[in-house]
Amino acid sequence: MPIDIEITHLLKKYGDVTAVENLDLQVKQGEMMGLIGPDGAGKTTTLRILCGLLRADDGDCLVGGRDVKKELTTIRGLIGYMPQRFSLYPDLTVTENLRFFADLFCVPKSERETRLERLLQFSKLGPFSKRRASALSGGMKQKLALSCTLIHTPRVLLLDEPTTGVDPVSRREFWDILKELKEQGVTILVTTPYMDEAERCDRIAFIHKGRILAVETPIDIPGLYTRVLYELKCENFVHAARLLEGQNDIESVQIFGDRVHISGFDEGKILSVVKKSMKDNGLEQYSLSKITANIEDVFVDLMR
Amino acid sequence: MKSRIIPIVRKEIIHILRDPRSLIIIFIMPTLMIILFGYAITFDIRDIKIAVLDQDRSQASRQLLEKFTNTDYFKIAGELTGRDRIEPMMMSRKIVAAIIIPPGFGRDLVSLPVSPVQVLIDGSNANTATIVINYLSAAINNYNLDINRNIHIPLQIQPRIWYNPDLDSTNFIVPGLLAVLMMMICAMLTSITISREKETGTMEQILVSPIKSHEIVIGKVIPYILVAFLVASAVLIFAKIVFNVPIRGSLVLLALLSLVFIYASLSLGVLISSKARTQQVALMISLVGTLLPSILLSGFIFPIFAMPSALQILSYIVPAKYYLVIVRGILLKGIGFQYLYAPVIFLFIFGTLLLAVSMKNFKTNLEG
Repeated sequence: MPIDIEITHLLKKYGDVTAVENLDLQVKQGEMMGLIGPDGAGKTTTLRILCGLLRADDGDCLVGGRDVKKELTTIRGLIGYMPQRFSLYPDLTVTENLRFFADLFCVPKSERETRLERLLQFSKLGPFSKRRASALSGGMKQKLALSCTLIHTPRVLLLDEPTTGVDPVSRREFWDILKELKEQGVTILVTTPYMDEAERCDRIAFIHKGRILAVETPIDIPGLYTRVLYELKCENFVHAARLLEGQNDIESVQIFGDRVHISGFDEGKILSVVKKSMKDNGLEQYSLSKITANIEDVFVDLMR
Repeated sequence: MKSRIIPIVRKEIIHILRDPRSLIIIFIMPTLMIILFGYAITFDIRDIKIAVLDQDRSQASRQLLEKFTNTDYFKIAGELTGRDRIEPMMMSRKIVAAIIIPPGFGRDLVSLPVSPVQVLIDGSNANTATIVINYLSAAINNYNLDINRNIHIPLQIQPRIWYNPDLDSTNFIVPGLLAVLMMMICAMLTSITISREKETGTMEQILVSPIKSHEIVIGKVIPYILVAFLVASAVLIFAKIVFNVPIRGSLVLLALLSLVFIYASLSLGVLISSKARTQQVALMISLVGTLLPSILLSGFIFPIFAMPSALQILSYIVPAKYYLVIVRGILLKGIGFQYLYAPVIFLFIFGTLLLAVSMKNFKTNLEG
């Protein structure tokens, strides 16, 4: 498989602050790569450098085998970039926004209308084609933004948290669209704060403090976990979590919804510490089971 | 490769049409300013309140006073009987001048070569005082001529005032206002439209397309040339109807040359917006950067030749100065292009230079 996005030793500073440092990442043609990491990890910076909105201080970025620094105009024709913030024209209708971006990318008139039709159908925005963008729901806005970035049939898509602030149903629909695009051979690099979304990617890259910590397929991600993990369910889980925090032989205690994830290096020691603490504090009703690490657990593990 | 200027223009026109509120403000604001300035700024002083102390009470003194009462320049605010009332009236701003005719004025007029009349003037407003002195002297001269009909005056000045025979200051102010207003509106329009896209993030989306900076800049300027042109026409029609400002020269020439000025002013707006990141900053810079120089350094009110030489030099880079020459020239003097090519060439060079600098400055990325 040829490589569509290749980033080597990328460095970007904002004044004294280093946003991205020594970052390497390769995305294969037709691959969907999820870039996950906390706020300020360097996700947006990386995407902006790839589409030439920011200049790298050091390192190389190749998109479709072309150097971003040297062939920016050509690359911009290959890339579809969707910024984090909704940035279409609120006073233009759905169709007007699409037509405007088609013209910006010099989509031939003969092809424009058929593509428009296809995108409207694809995004299910057809019935709203005459509605102004400002009057669309959050999910529809994102679908319109995606459609606008697809109007010139880019071969590489860069999406910056495309589903942030969108309801769960629209999120699922949005990812179904991405899957379809991927099947058509589009290379996708997408950042997301949602772990369930990340699992739908071919590979996931963990980014933290401007560096890539690991790149792995969702199936192999639990294998990156270096510890053992238990899940504790009990009535007063917040209290239980507080009790276990900082105890010997317990590395981390984290609340996931109404459960507590407890990690350490020695199975026997974890079990005995938990049993003792629960008993000493009169918390008899609980269940403790060994689980495989999810993406978030792995990420927390990698970050330390 | 097809140009992306037309799509930008088309999009911009939609923005303008879909925002009728801003459009109305763009048209109403200059009209309001014309009314305010047109009526308020006037150098023609009428109804100057004066007090009269006639200590002579002769036929001659009455004839002299008639020279003041028979015009609408003066208004007798008090006929006094003693000098002591003059100062309180001056202090309470009831009068700006007082005329004192001493006893024996009528007698001296016949027997002596000179017979004095005292005039006291409130000099706290130097400008008004100067004008009042001129009016008073004119009235007294008038009287002198009346009583010396048979005397031959060897040297006599008979001024003929051209282009604005009544020296009506509206004819001078209103065309000047057109220049000041257009300068301000043009700079504001373009600087806001570009900085708004930066602020709302749409610029980020445009910039990732293969668009060139000149396509954005030119695409943004073209629709506003039209808007500014319509505003200028509206202001001119309004000035004609309300203030009856004369239009002596060719309207076609005025329209064409106005386009050159609009081009220069819009370019200034583009330059501002290539630096300003938010609409507010853009608005502030365009207001301060255009309004003050256009009012103070353009010759709108204060003649440039009377300024200190440093300011005179500075005035050369104020585009409104050149447009003032064009507007006043065409409207009041009715002159043709042969007298106006110098300011036109300057405005064209000014606009092109600014536009070139802005295009160079305008980055197709988010750095800087």
